[in-house]
Amino acid sequence: MARRQKKSFMPALAILPTWLTVVVVYIGAMVWTLNLSFTKSKLFPSGAYVGFDQYERLLGSSKWIKAVSNLATFGVLYVLGCLVIGFCLAAALDRKVRFENAFRTLFLYPYAMSFVVTGLVWQWLMNPVLGVQATMQGLGWESFSFDLLTSRDYAIYGVVIAGLWQGSGLVMVMMLAGMRGIDVEQWRAARVDGIPAWRVYVSIILPQLGPPLAAVATLLTMGVIKTYDLVIAITNGGPGTATEVPAKFIMDNLFQRQNLGLATAAAIMLLMSVVIIVAPFRYASYIRAKRKAGVL
Amino acid sequence: MTYSPLLLAGAASLALTAPLKAQDLTAEVFSSWTSGGELKALDAIKSEFEARGGTWENASVAGFENANAAFQNRIMAGDPPAVKQLIVGQDPLEFIEAGLMTPVTDVAEAGHWADVIPASILESITYDGEIYLTPVGIHGESWMFYSMPAFEKAGIDGEPESWDEFFADMDALKAAGITPIAWGGQSWQEAKVFNMVLLTQVGLDGFMKIFVDKDADVLSSEGVKSTLEIVAKMRGYVDEGAPGRNWNDATAMVIEGTAGVQFMGDWAKGEFTNAGLTPEVDFGCAMAPSTPGMIYIGDAFGYPKLEGAEAAQKLMAEVVMDPKVQVEFSLNKGSMPIRTDVDKSQFDVCTQKGLAMLEAGTIVPEHAITITPEQVGLLTDFVGEFFNTPDADIDEAMEQFAEVFE
Repeated sequence: MARRQKKSFMPALAILPTWLTVVVVYIGAMVWTLNLSFTKSKLFPSGAYVGFDQYERLLGSSKWIKAVSNLATFGVLYVLGCLVIGFCLAAALDRKVRFENAFRTLFLYPYAMSFVVTGLVWQWLMNPVLGVQATMQGLGWESFSFDLLTSRDYAIYGVVIAGLWQGSGLVMVMMLAGMRGIDVEQWRAARVDGIPAWRVYVSIILPQLGPPLAAVATLLTMGVIKTYDLVIAITNGGPGTATEVPAKFIMDNLFQRQNLGLATAAAIMLLMSVVIIVAPFRYASYIRAKRKAGVL
Repeated sequence: MTYSPLLLAGAASLALTAPLKAQDLTAEVFSSWTSGGELKALDAIKSEFEARGGTWENASVAGFENANAAFQNRIMAGDPPAVKQLIVGQDPLEFIEAGLMTPVTDVAEAGHWADVIPASILESITYDGEIYLTPVGIHGESWMFYSMPAFEKAGIDGEPESWDEFFADMDALKAAGITPIAWGGQSWQEAKVFNMVLLTQVGLDGFMKIFVDKDADVLSSEGVKSTLEIVAKMRGYVDEGAPGRNWNDATAMVIEGTAGVQFMGDWAKGEFTNAGLTPEVDFGCAMAPSTPGMIYIGDAFGYPKLEGAEAAQKLMAEVVMDPKVQVEFSLNKGSMPIRTDVDKSQFDVCTQKGLAMLEAGTIVPEHAITITPEQVGLLTDFVGEFFNTPDADIDEAMEQFAEVFE
């Protein structure tokens, strides 16, 4: 009896540090943040509660609204774009092209870079007096224009392009790994039936790539929520506040603007939006798992 | 456990004397000054501090905001540095109100600072009757630097005396194929230009009424409207590479003569002189057209409460306010000494112009001195949005401007 108790006690002890980290660091910090978001804390945490005032101010701030809508635009275009481009690259490499290794390395290379480097490189490329536009015009194509970052309306798309350049390689590698795991017999069968290659990829290969697709989409989405360094390096939120994102809004208010209350309210809003997006997925997979268990 | 009384006494006396010799004068100095001129300026203080027996520990973080964030983390963790570089005015207010800073009023009284510091600056380092900061130099922010060769090429003789003349000159530059304004398209720079124009339109009193009293009448006055109109008109005189441009890249355009003028603080002068250019020969330094005075920002040091560092902090306060140190510091940083009783002969033509305004008292503090960091952020956002929205409505913008001060 004593032995059995010891046996179940040891794993619990081993996992205790992790549990403590989760409870104290994650949950604790979350509760603390939530608590601060109801106070009028400036530079220092304060105990003066003001109810939902900070949230009201937040929702009344055009900068925050802009930041959230930018995040949505960037998020949708970045995740979908990365998936499409990454899948196409993977399909192209899957055709047993020559120098496949070299291409694979080349395409994955941007992912090895920090967002700050990516941001700076693209800032220069898209600078109308230094980058691609200046070069093309110098070569004689006078009407060529590539100046997304200078316009308030288009700057966010410039950020998306830099993000795609960085993120597509990861999708490609994961997709390629998935494709290599698919039985070659399927290809033979398709060839016998005379099905064109693109059709095989879209209708036969793609449906089998569910798990890697879900994994990579999750990774990209998490990256979207955290988007900070890329924007800082490319535009620093400008022109004006055109490329503001929530993470930058929070950081600005935490430090530079010395407004803990508003920053924590923004952080909680961001957390809520993540929960709202993630919860249905979690619920769906939970139901699916249950059903599977029931069937088995 | 028994110790001999003699040993105890010995230990006690050691404990009393040893730290007084060296350790008590150790100061960790936290600043954001890391570029060439800034480092040399900091060295001027450091060498005097060490000559007087202090031990200097350098803790620098590049970038004013980064340094501030790092400092906030340290002071909240209860591990502050002995000395922190700050800006006079509202910047350190919260730290002082929270009782985290040590006043240096006794040093100020012993050194008779009140007799040698301009009243407006003394006011901006005094909180509730106590002096907390030691100002080391002030920067003029409302400068207009221009390229003499570019002006010559465009046939412009002399500095513009009014905004109408200014825009006529800008048209001439444009006609000569030169970018009229070297524009640094980052919101903080745009806010500085906005402020200089504002000062020319509402005057010294009006400027103070807006930033200190938040006077609704001035906020809705014609002066604010014409300010917005002038700033809006500038949109037509910048090149397409302007958005996001760093101030020193903009300065380089004026240095090379590919652009005519740049509005910037006097720190830009260092770029010109480093490039081997001579003031009033290769480049001109003027204040914004028709300005009644100069906008300033003040560098200072503050002293976080830190046990055992009091003596070192006192020494540092004395060193910073030393007339020779102030001159040496400002010569290297491109600023102006705060003390009015120092030898000014070594400063160049541009600094002399600023010093004249300082002595005449026609100076107003920058927004970072008078309004809270949060309001500074809102103002910066407002100006950035306004300048980058070509079809922005002036009346709407006036309302948004007034909202910054609510």
